[in-house]
Amino acid sequence: MIELNNVSKSFTLHNQGSAVIPVMENASLSVKPGECVGLTGASGAGKSTLMRVIYGNYLAASGSVVVGGVDVAKAAPREILALRRETLGYVSQFLRVVPRVPSLDVVAEPLLAVGTPEEQARDKAASLLAQLNIPERLWGLSPTTFSGGEQQRVNIARGFAHHYPALLLDEPTASLDAQNRATVLGLIEGAKARGAAIIGIFHDEAARAQVCDRFVDVSGFSPKAAA
Amino acid sequence: MTPLLQVKNVAKMYGARIGCTDVNFDLYPGEVMGIVGESGSGKSTLLNSLAGHLPPDRGEVIFDTRTEGPVDTVTMSEPERRMLSRTDWAFVHQHARDGLRMPVSAGGNIGERLMAVGDRHYGSIRERAADWLGRVEISESRIDDRPSAFSGGMQQRLQIARNLVTGPRLVFMDEPTGGLDVSVQARLLDLLRGLVREMGLSAIIVTHDLAVVRLLADRLMVMKDGHVVETGLTDQVLDDPQHAYTQLLVSSVLQV
Amino acid sequence: MNDYNFAYLDEQTKRMIRRAILKGLAVPGYQVPFASREMPMPYGWGTGGVQVSAAALTPDDTLKVIDQGADDTTNAVSIRKFFEKTAGVETTEETEKASVIQTRHRIPEAELTEDQILVYQVPIPEPLRFLEPRETETRKMHALQEYGLMHVKLYEDISQHGAIATAYAYPVKVEGRYVMDPSPIPKFDNPKMEMAAIQLFGAGREQRIYAVPPYTQVVPLDFEDYPFEAGKADHACDLCGAEDSYLDEVILDDAGNRMFVCSDTDYCRSRREAGHSGRLGEEAA
Repeated sequence: MIELNNVSKSFTLHNQGSAVIPVMENASLSVKPGECVGLTGASGAGKSTLMRVIYGNYLAASGSVVVGGVDVAKAAPREILALRRETLGYVSQFLRVVPRVPSLDVVAEPLLAVGTPEEQARDKAASLLAQLNIPERLWGLSPTTFSGGEQQRVNIARGFAHHYPALLLDEPTASLDAQNRATVLGLIEGAKARGAAIIGIFHDEAARAQVCDRFVDVSGFSPKAAA
Repeated sequence: MTPLLQVKNVAKMYGARIGCTDVNFDLYPGEVMGIVGESGSGKSTLLNSLAGHLPPDRGEVIFDTRTEGPVDTVTMSEPERRMLSRTDWAFVHQHARDGLRMPVSAGGNIGERLMAVGDRHYGSIRERAADWLGRVEISESRIDDRPSAFSGGMQQRLQIARNLVTGPRLVFMDEPTGGLDVSVQARLLDLLRGLVREMGLSAIIVTHDLAVVRLLADRLMVMKDGHVVETGLTDQVLDDPQHAYTQLLVSSVLQV
Repeated sequence: MNDYNFAYLDEQTKRMIRRAILKGLAVPGYQVPFASREMPMPYGWGTGGVQVSAAALTPDDTLKVIDQGADDTTNAVSIRKFFEKTAGVETTEETEKASVIQTRHRIPEAELTEDQILVYQVPIPEPLRFLEPRETETRKMHALQEYGLMHVKLYEDISQHGAIATAYAYPVKVEGRYVMDPSPIPKFDNPKMEMAAIQLFGAGREQRIYAVPPYTQVVPLDFEDYPFEAGKADHACDLCGAEDSYLDEVILDDAGNRMFVCSDTDYCRSRREAGHSGRLGEEAA
């Protein structure tokens, strides 16, 4: 489902003497449907960078990043957008939304984008928010006003609303209490069970052990010069 | 799929000075493209050249018309182009005053495009005007008020209603949120996003506000001195800019 | 004898105006620019109509001049005298006897014939002007038949007054092509514009001439659900008893008494001479 081949990534800082900072080299990785791979490595080793490269948020310098048959490293914007709409979900650490939009709509949006009827999308969104213990009185409010933990749960609900065949999870259980953490892990296991290929970053070792089938240490992708 | 708009080698010169040059892109149905750059970068010149307000000196602007398929709008006759701009195209000006008829009531402003394409039933025109006021969150009771009695944000929403009432497929927007205070901006952005999704609109949005394009645009085109320096997926261009100018632009945004 | 060239204007000027008239007749409703001359009367007093009349008159013509239907107002009298002096043509107050009728803001009640020319004085010839101030743009709108804006004006009328409140200068479409300002005639007169006589329109200050040839289709603009209605005061003429003529309201005293009389003085007079009489007919006569 997700295939990385010899991916490298560097940043060129044109405004700081054109310094070139290589951050990743020869990254290769393969995730099958129904499999969950945990990324490990110290902070700054490039776990989030790798995820962003897979999501198309960062532009790979070389190599191929094939998700569901589309090479994200070379695809046109609209192909990547279609991929993100249909196939590839991403739960980042930060929620980015239009101010003023009610949480319920934020969660329902990915479903509406793939053409789910409005009522059905809202029902699904409501059940996810309920599952993640967001009090119903908050559903009509914009998540921009929520606490960090609440925002994170809205973000997760949004990420799991549509059944993406491929999922990227960046610290989905961070800053959650035990009960919500269990709910999220349940959602992840559910996604695996229906065949989603998942790549996750989990600092929480118990969570990692519970859902991940194997681990990849991204330190192995560090550029040799820096290593 | 046929692109809704194909832009090929478009250039506009002001004498020896470059307005914009070597612009190429395809816009597909439902896509929203942002054009960013500082003042004088040629983004407004480009928008006006695409929308038929300025004749480009070179290049083709091919629109996929409903009846005849892809046609170059630069060489089509003026009546055809003007008809297009009243039906399938819409243009939202930065200043609502430029896009509204200030001495005409809100209802008349919205109804004008309907009447321009031959609607001659007062009752149905008024009904659709009222419906659109609701969609842009203006109370129906204001239908007979003139836009001069509206706030800036309401005027801008009225301008949008006036433009979208004929169900256009391509909307050109020139700094649609410029000059509005931030709370009003947010509301307008939300409205635009909803309309774009509901109506399956394609849009080209010129702005210098990177936050606006992040929320509205699927794709981004960065311009400097009349040239396109970088294009790509909006979040990729903003989070991982490749060109020196884009890096400067992105790093110059003040953090709130 | 007098020292004026026939009908005041020099021959070259009259030829220039005739060319404009012919072009106007060839393209019904289209506003033809012409080099309007200074006339010995102020703008707003019919300088455009006078120039068109001067170009149309021949020594054999009989001229009638009306102002709001009346032959005896200052404007009508002074223009009539102007042509008596400068052209030496016969003048009349009787509609049937006139071959050229210059009018300000009315069409005579009596049906006009193929032998007659009706010359309108026009203040603002551009019907789109009030909504679109740019001449370049209005010309383009005419050229491309972009007339949606005219309906915006009617829409505004209905939304403000519940009905199309435009009572005079009611816009018309000529022969399915050009939208035209019929000059400030009451909309009561609009249906009469499909007539046997030639209609010429002159705007002196705005330097435009336009025309409607005989038997040309002239259709008032309207909405399907608010159709055009040629309205008039719901009375009969108090002098001649006519129920089909356009009426002026005259206040008689401070007690609120008033009367309605035909605005077409010649029509009213000829009816009374034929023995018709209205509510106040006897005492006023």
